[in-house]
Formats: sequence, C-alpha cells, structure tokens
Amino acid sequence: MTGVNGGITARGTTMDSYYGRPIVKEPVWNPEIPVYMFTGGIAGASAVLHGLAKVSGNERLARSALFVGAAADTLNPVLLIKDLGRPERFLHMLRMFKVTSPMSVGSWILFLQSGSSVTSATLELLDVLRPIRVAGEAVAFLAGPALATYTGALLANTSIPVWSEARDELPWLFGTSAAASAGAAAAVFTPTESAGPARRAAVAGVAAELGVMQLMEHRLGFVGEVYRQGQAGRFGRLSKACTVAGAALLAVGGKRSRTAAVTGGVLVLAGELALRWSVFKAGFQSARDPRYTVLPQKERLAKRKGEMGSWQPKRAGS
Amino acid sequence: MTETLTQPRMGFFTDTTVCIGCKACEVACKEWNLIPDDGLRWTGESYDNTSELSANTWRHVTFVEQRKPLKLDGETATVETDAAAAPEPLRWLMESDVCKHCTHAGCLDVCPTGALFRTEFGTVVVQEDVCNGCGYCVPACPFGVIDQRHLPRSADDAPLALPLLGKQEDGRVWKCTLCYDRLKGGHEPACAKSCPTDSIQFGELDELRERAERRLEKLRAERWNGARLYGHDPDDGVGGFGAFFLLLDEPEVYGLPPDPVVPTKHLPQLWRTTAIAATAMFVGLAAAFIGGSE
Repeated sequence: MTGVNGGITARGTTMDSYYGRPIVKEPVWNPEIPVYMFTGGIAGASAVLHGLAKVSGNERLARSALFVGAAADTLNPVLLIKDLGRPERFLHMLRMFKVTSPMSVGSWILFLQSGSSVTSATLELLDVLRPIRVAGEAVAFLAGPALATYTGALLANTSIPVWSEARDELPWLFGTSAAASAGAAAAVFTPTESAGPARRAAVAGVAAELGVMQLMEHRLGFVGEVYRQGQAGRFGRLSKACTVAGAALLAVGGKRSRTAAVTGGVLVLAGELALRWSVFKAGFQSARDPRYTVLPQKERLAKRKGEMGSWQPKRAGS
Repeated sequence: MTETLTQPRMGFFTDTTVCIGCKACEVACKEWNLIPDDGLRWTGESYDNTSELSANTWRHVTFVEQRKPLKLDGETATVETDAAAAPEPLRWLMESDVCKHCTHAGCLDVCPTGALFRTEFGTVVVQEDVCNGCGYCVPACPFGVIDQRHLPRSADDAPLALPLLGKQEDGRVWKCTLCYDRLKGGHEPACAKSCPTDSIQFGELDELRERAERRLEKLRAERWNGARLYGHDPDDGVGGFGAFFLLLDEPEVYGLPPDPVVPTKHLPQLWRTTAIAATAMFVGLAAAFIGGSE
C-alpha cells in the first residue's frame, strides 16, 4: 500500500512521503552566489592565464588577463558580502580556518587571491612598487586554480542530492567552465594577434565542460533529471547553445576578425553564467522533491542489507 | 576539567508509540526559548499546521493517518468505508520531531565561523553572536532541521554599516539547543518537561539507548506493526543521533531520511578530486600556449 502522496519513480519503485514535503532544506543563498561562482572562476583562471602569458612573453595578453581578473576580484567580495546581508559579519569568516568547511577554505583562498590580484593590477596601473606587484601576481597565480574549483567542492559538500551525488564531477565542471570563461574574457579584450592562447583556452574549456556535464548527468541517473526540468533545464540548454556557438565563432573567425572574437567571447561568457545558474537552480529543484532524497537512500540501504533485507522494491502499479 | 570529562552525553529518546499529538512540546519550546511567532495557517494535513522544523520551530509534531493495522495480531481500530462493506484498519501516527544532535554533525562541520559548536553535553548549538548568516549549514543538514530566520531585525540592532549591502532581516540560523541553558542549570529541556506521556524522554544517551532496546523488545512481543528504532545505531551515516526515535513505519513516512549521511564523510575524497581538477585546469591553460600567440 502506498501513502496518500506515494510517488512512482523512473525506476519503478514507490515510496511514502510526509504530504509530499521536502526532507532536506532548499539552499538559502541569493542570486549573488551563482554570479560569484562565475566571477570567481574568471578571476581564478585569469590569474593563471596572466602568469602563463607573462612567462611565455605575451605581454599584451598578460595585461588583459590581469585587468579582467582584477575586475572580477573586485566584484567577488562585494557579491559575498551582499549575500550575507550584514556586511560587518563577513569578518566572522576570518576568525578561523576550517578544512571541514569548503566555505572557510574558500574564504581564505578568496582573501589571498582577491587581495593580491587587485593590489597587483592597481600597482600596474600606477606603475610603481614592482617587487610587491610581482609578489602579488605570484600569489594570485598560485591561488587561482583553487579559487576556480573550490566552489564545486562547496556545493558537493551538502545534503542536496543533485550536488552531493555529483561530487566526482562538480569540481571538474567548475574548473573547465572557469578556464573557458577566463579565455573568452581575455579574447574579448585582447587584439587577435596576441589572443591565440585565450581563444584556445575558451574552445578547449567549452569542449571539456560539455563532456563533464554529459558524464555528470549520465552518472546522476534519476537524481539528474532536474537538469532537464524547470530553470535548471532551460538555463542548461541556453548555456549549451551559447557556449557551442561562441566557441565555434572563436575557433573559426576569432583569429582573423576582432568582431568574431568579441561576439564569440561574449557568447561563451553568457553561456558560462547560464551554466552556473542552471547548477544553482538544480540544487533547489532537487531539494524540493523528497523522492531525490529518499529513493537513492532506500536503494543504498537495500543494497547493504542484501536481497533478504526488510525493504523490498515494489513495482509500479502493483 | 574533571567535571567536563565525566559529563556524559545527554540526549532525547522520542517514543512515538505513546505520543498523543498534544503539541505541548512545541508550545513549551517556543515559550522557553522565546522563539518568534511565524504565522498561523491551515494546511489541511491532518492536525499538523506547523509543517516542518525551521528557524522558528524547534519541535514539530507530525500527524500521519494510515489505513494500516496498529498491531499484527488483529487488534486494531477500524473504519467503515462506503466503497467496501468490510471495515478497513486505521491508525494514527504522531511523532515529535527535533534536531538530531548528530555525532557527526554536517551543520557543525561546514560552519565557516565556528558559530556551531559541540557542548559539554555532546549537543550541537549555534552561538548567535558568532553566526554570520552564510547559510551553508542549511543545505548541509541531512534532515532539513536548521534554517535561516527571515524575520525583520529587532529595533535595538545596531544600524547597518553599509546600508546598500544590507538586508532588513535577521538572516542568522536557528535550531534546537537541547535547552543548553536549562541543562547548565541542571534542568531537563522544556519539551521533555512538558510531555504528559513521556513520549519525549531526556537523559544520558547510553541509558536511553538501553531503555529504547527494552521498549522495542516489548512492542515486538506485543506484535506492534512496524516498530523500529531510528538513529540509535552509532555506526550509521552520522555516527548515531543524540536525539533518536522509536517509529512505527519507514522513516520517510514521517518526513525523515531513511539513510542519512553527513556530507563531510566524502570530503577527503572531494578535496582530492578538487585538487586534481585544479591541477588539470592549470595544465590545460598551459597547453593553450602551445602554438604561440596567434
């Protein structure tokens, strides 16, 4: 017998629920958070792009990446502080370092990365204090990859099924998305003859990201169906359309035409922002439906107890 | 120091088989902890108009109406239905839900400020002067217990330092403290004190676990339908609950997760994945420089 609100799943198992109410709470984060995950990705990957361009002697690209990264890093703390609602409370983040909390680790990464990249860009503009500028660039360069990927760990380290079950993919998804974003942004602000590495980063980043997304949805199975529904689905499709079109434009016309490079870069950036929004919203949709919480857990229990366990799968319609 | 070391872990054993759904626990909790009113509404979901644990509800009584026999030996309440002439069995499950005060608490693990801490009683409590409202604990809890308070800030709060970035709401998280203040004074929590049937039992966790096992044995001997303990096992995904339950059906029937796991259980592996993904991003970007500037 199923309860009043028993649901039938794609796998044909049924369950009871408490008036269809959610079990885990939806996140309480505001739209600033997915935007931060986007700009944080740009800042982190831009710092790396900047350092590599410097080393390879591409000063023009290095300059673009430095200022793009610093602009994103100016915005990053503002977005997080705005989400908290009480600015002075942001300082509470810095009263300890806790490795069990990706948010604590991330706050310190951002503190280092944002502080050093904004300082370096300011000193570059003023053309003063070269040793401090170089030290700042080095710190941002080293912290960059962590800033670009820790947000994936932050989401995966929750009880939201569609995030926690994707713990093997989310850091990869955000890392590839960050590389694509930083490449696209640098391609927009750099003359085509110096922007080759940026274009290749954007195109390869998009390709890798699409692969990771495909793998993630496949591995999530039933839990991943939220990526085909509601806002997560709509923005996911928008993201794919924008990133594919933008990457194609960059690959085909980005070398010859600045217009193509700018249009392609902007399209990729729009697609990456849409991707963060899609992942963010998927978490809300996943929390809202108790089936995503209960059914994987029941299956886990059944597997642990073996075939003779107290729980028996019920076929739909029986 | 010696006193801290000898203080046993305290907790709740909520025996739902004797709950009568009076909600005295909800009221006592609200009164003692000065929890604000969060609106009155009719849900149409049996006698439950509270719906869920939240920032402003730290005890929540669930009501489930079921067409199942109460006992497996035929002793049952029945109801006449129009469709079938035969009487159908009927039972009413009531359960006073509360924060589980997990041994491995997701909320505590992910809290970046240290606002959530483990007390000398083994309970998990939020320090409201340290919480900065980041909200990470909310989706981290496998039970959906802890929540952000959206009610307006109180009039005597300090003015906002940067008004443009501020919000006119409390924004911090709140949950059951297992009446930390009462425990320090040697009193039992308000909900347990007010429970007229001893459905909510407060005490040393070890002793409660033994008592629960004895109670379960008795209920099984009496052929109660579906009697089981929930959260008593120190080997479960959260290391056992500090507040565990005796239920009469699957946990999800009461809106509880059947196999909760603390998210940080996978964190070492997750950090490794993140480190590899970060390195891969670095290598990928470096590879983009092969082939020159154009």
